Amino acid sequence: MTLPGFPDAAPLDGLFGGLLIGLAAALMLLGAGRIAGVSGIVGRAFGINDSGMSPSSAWMFVIGLPLGAGLVALLKGRLDPEFMPLPVLAVAGVIVGFGARLGSGCTSGHGVCGVSRFSQRSIVATLTFMAAGIATVALMGAFA
Amino acid sequence: MIRTHLPPLVSGTLFGAGLAFGGMTDPARVRGFLDIFGDWDPTLAFVMGGAVIVMAIAWRFVPRMRHPLFAGEFALPERSDLTPRLIAGATLFGIGWGMAGLCPGPGIASLAIAPLEASVFTAGLLGGLVLNRLAFDRPAKETAHG
Repeated sequence: MTLPGFPDAAPLDGLFGGLLIGLAAALMLLGAGRIAGVSGIVGRAFGINDSGMSPSSAWMFVIGLPLGAGLVALLKGRLDPEFMPLPVLAVAGVIVGFGARLGSGCTSGHGVCGVSRFSQRSIVATLTFMAAGIATVALMGAFA
Repeated sequence: MIRTHLPPLVSGTLFGAGLAFGGMTDPARVRGFLDIFGDWDPTLAFVMGGAVIVMAIAWRFVPRMRHPLFAGEFALPERSDLTPRLIAGATLFGIGWGMAGLCPGPGIASLAIAPLEASVFTAGLLGGLVLNRLAFDRPAKETAHG
């Protein structure tokens, strides 16, 4: 299905993917009693943060991420992602990691888990990183 | 062991599958969502909408549960104050997100799809987490949200 006016959009795939992400976060919340915040869990797995779930549980979640994505890649065939150049990815990775820790969360922790809980901090953080992302893409487009 | 390790493994796998299915492992699609002044791709709004709807339902069960299904107690963030640190962190996060079209989940999930690009982003991500730890070395309580 396509969205009128947006030939490249995949609204049904997006919605289904979102429902899976919601189920994943709900399992973490109701099963383990924790927020499925990826930046926090990754930091915990690598021993960079010293609180959160047990490091071995954090590793289970981190290993699951490529496992699930790999399964979908097998099912759907080529996903054909388009990446930015490697130096951009490296620098952006550092900024994303630093910012996620400074702001106590990322797209998953604030954007999914916090917004759905109507957390004021998470709503403000989500609006802020979306605005910053929009400005960044616009500026990069203007100078490209 | 299985009781504590299976839920995060299943959750991570579902999470990674959802990211890939929803198109978040394609940085061009994510940047297309942020490109509201250009050729806007609204797909990511459907991903976020789907995830938030399920989680909004899940949150309603929490007050009625004495403890999580597979753990002794809930360990959830309790802060509600807006701080300069929150805004600065979210701003930096958004800048990096817009530059790469990747955030931490899709970056790591992509290790199975595009190992080279995903490793470079993930290495940067870990470097950023370490830099933050070195710069602030703050009590872990404040970092619990993820």
